[in-house]
Amino acid sequence: MNRASWNLWRAQVAAILRLEIKKNFLARRGIWIYLLALAPAVLMWVHAAMNLRDHRVCDLGRDNLIFATMFQFFYLRLAVFFGCVGVFLNLFRGEMLEKSLHYYLLTPVRREVLLAGKYLAGVITTSVIFCTGTALTLAAILIHVPHAAAAQYLLNGGVGHIVAYLGTTMLACVGYGSVFLLMGFLFRNPIVPAALVLIWESANPFLPALLKKLSVIFYLQSLSPISVPAQGDFAFLAILGEPAPAYLAVTGLLLVACVCLWFAARKVRQLEINYGTE
Amino acid sequence: MSENGITFENVSKFYGDVLGVNRVNLSIPPGITSLVGPNGSGKTTLMNLMTGLIRPTEGRISILGVAPDQPDRLFNFTGYCTQFDSFPRGMTGYQFIYSYLLVHGKPHVEAEDLTWSAIERVKLTDAAHRKIAGYSKGMRQRIKLAQAMAHAPRVLVLDEPLNGLDPLVRAETIALFRSLAEEGLHVIISSHILHEVDAISDQVVLLSSGYVVAEGQIHGVRTEVEEHPMQILIRCTRPSALASRIFELDTVVEARLHNDGKGLLVRTRDPDRFYLMLNRLVVDGVDLESVAPADDDVLSVYEYLIGPDGGSI
Repeated sequence: MNRASWNLWRAQVAAILRLEIKKNFLARRGIWIYLLALAPAVLMWVHAAMNLRDHRVCDLGRDNLIFATMFQFFYLRLAVFFGCVGVFLNLFRGEMLEKSLHYYLLTPVRREVLLAGKYLAGVITTSVIFCTGTALTLAAILIHVPHAAAAQYLLNGGVGHIVAYLGTTMLACVGYGSVFLLMGFLFRNPIVPAALVLIWESANPFLPALLKKLSVIFYLQSLSPISVPAQGDFAFLAILGEPAPAYLAVTGLLLVACVCLWFAARKVRQLEINYGTE
Repeated sequence: MSENGITFENVSKFYGDVLGVNRVNLSIPPGITSLVGPNGSGKTTLMNLMTGLIRPTEGRISILGVAPDQPDRLFNFTGYCTQFDSFPRGMTGYQFIYSYLLVHGKPHVEAEDLTWSAIERVKLTDAAHRKIAGYSKGMRQRIKLAQAMAHAPRVLVLDEPLNGLDPLVRAETIALFRSLAEEGLHVIISSHILHEVDAISDQVVLLSSGYVVAEGQIHGVRTEVEEHPMQILIRCTRPSALASRIFELDTVVEARLHNDGKGLLVRTRDPDRFYLMLNRLVVDGVDLESVAPADDDVLSVYEYLIGPDGGSI
C-alpha cells in the first residue's frame, strides 16, 4: 500500500460520495426519514409557540427531561433506527432493485473502497438529517426560555449537553448504519433484519452483561447526558445495568461498527450481479 | 495464463441446479469475436464471468493476464456494455459518463475530456445534457456504449450492442467496432442478428445450452462441419449442361439448378478437390462467371450446429 494507492482510493471515495450523497438526500422514497427526524422538532416548536403565545414561563428542567426521554425512547430507538434502516439497507440492495449497481462494479474500484464510500455517504446523510433534527428540537426548548435562564444553562454544562446529544446522534448513525449495511447483504427483505435488530435492541435491558455489549443502544444510552428516571410503563427501557464510561462507550460502539463493516467487506467481495433473482 | 489474450480454462457456472455454462475452454485473440447462440445458451453468462459480475463455479479466467476478481486492475483496460437497460436515477448522459470516470479515479479535467470524446464518438453531443430517462431506446444504447468505451479500454465486452439502433446508427456503430478492432482491441460482441455477426466478426464462438459448440474463424468452423457437405454456387451460362458433367465427380453429393436458372448449387464433401477439377469439367459453350461458397457464413453454420429454430442439435 503506497501513497499512490491511498490517493487513488481517496479520489474514488470522493467520487462515490458525490454520487451517493446526492442520491440519499434527494430520494423520494426517503421522505419519511425526514418526517421521522423532524417529528420531535415540530412537536417542540409547537409547544414553544403555544407557550410564547400564552406568555407561559417555560420550566427548562422539565423540558430537558422531556427531551431526554424523547431522545432515548423515540429518537435513538425508533427515528434514527428506522432512518438507518431506510438509508443503509438500500445502499446496495436499492441499487440491485434498480439494476444499476453493476456500473460501480465495472469500474476499477476495490469492492472494499466502494463499501467504504457508500457507508461514509450513508453516515453523512443520516448524521446531517438527524443531527439537524436534534439541534432544531434543542433550539425550540431554548427559544422560549427566558434569555437569562438559557444563558445560565449554556454556561453551566448546557453546551456540553448539546454536544453530547449531537455526538450521540452521530454515533447512533455510525452504529446502526454499520449493522444495517451488513444486514443488507444477509437479507433480501428489509423487514426481517429491521425486526430482528429491533427485538435485540429492545431486549437489551434484560440481557446478560456480556450480551448487552453486543448492541448499539447499550453504548448510546451510556452516552446520553441526562439519565431518565425509571418510572411509568416504559421504566424497564430506562434501566441500564452498569452504564459504560463515555470513552469505553465510544470505543465499544466503534468496535461493534468495525466488526459489522469487516463482515460486510467479506460479503461485498463475494457479491455477484444477478438481478433476475432480486 | 496468457497476458495477451482472453482465456477460459475449464470454466463452469451453475446457478444452483441450473446450468449457466459448462466446461468452457476458450482462447480469444484480438479483433472482433462474436458470441452466437439462442436465448439461454450462455452468452451473457460468459460475458458476466469475464467481467467478474459473477464468479465461476469451477475453472479459471484470465483477461490479458488479470483475473476478473481483481476489478481494480481489470477495469483499467476493460469496458463492459451490459444488456441491462437501466441507469442511475436523474442523470443526464454527460453526468452518467463523467461521474463514473471520477469513480475510476480520473482527475476532473481528464474526466471531462474523456466524457466529451466518448459522447462525440456515439454522436450524442446534442443530447448530452438531457436526462437519460427521456432518451429513446437507441440513445440509451449509445450512451451505454459511450460509457463502456470512455476510458479507452483494450478489451471491450458488448452484450447485444446493436439492439434498438436504427439502420444508419447500426452501420456507424459497426464501423466503430471495426475501427476499434483494427486498433488491436479485443472486441467481444454477443448478437442474435446473424448477418451482422457475419459481416463484422473476425471469429465466432457458437454456444448452445451452456456449451461451446464451435469456435474460430467462420470458414474454419464451416469446414469442420463434415455432416453437412459444403454448398457452392456456380454462376454460369447453360447450368444444366454443366450439371450433367459435375455428377461425374465422386465428391459431389448434390447438384441442382438455382431458382433463377442462371446458376448451379453444388454440395460437395471435398471443396478443395472440387475447385481443382472444375476447370476440367467445364464444357464447350459454358461460361463461368463466378464460383463461391454458398453456406460459408454464420447463419448456415448456426443452422447446421444449433438448428434453425435455435434448438441445439
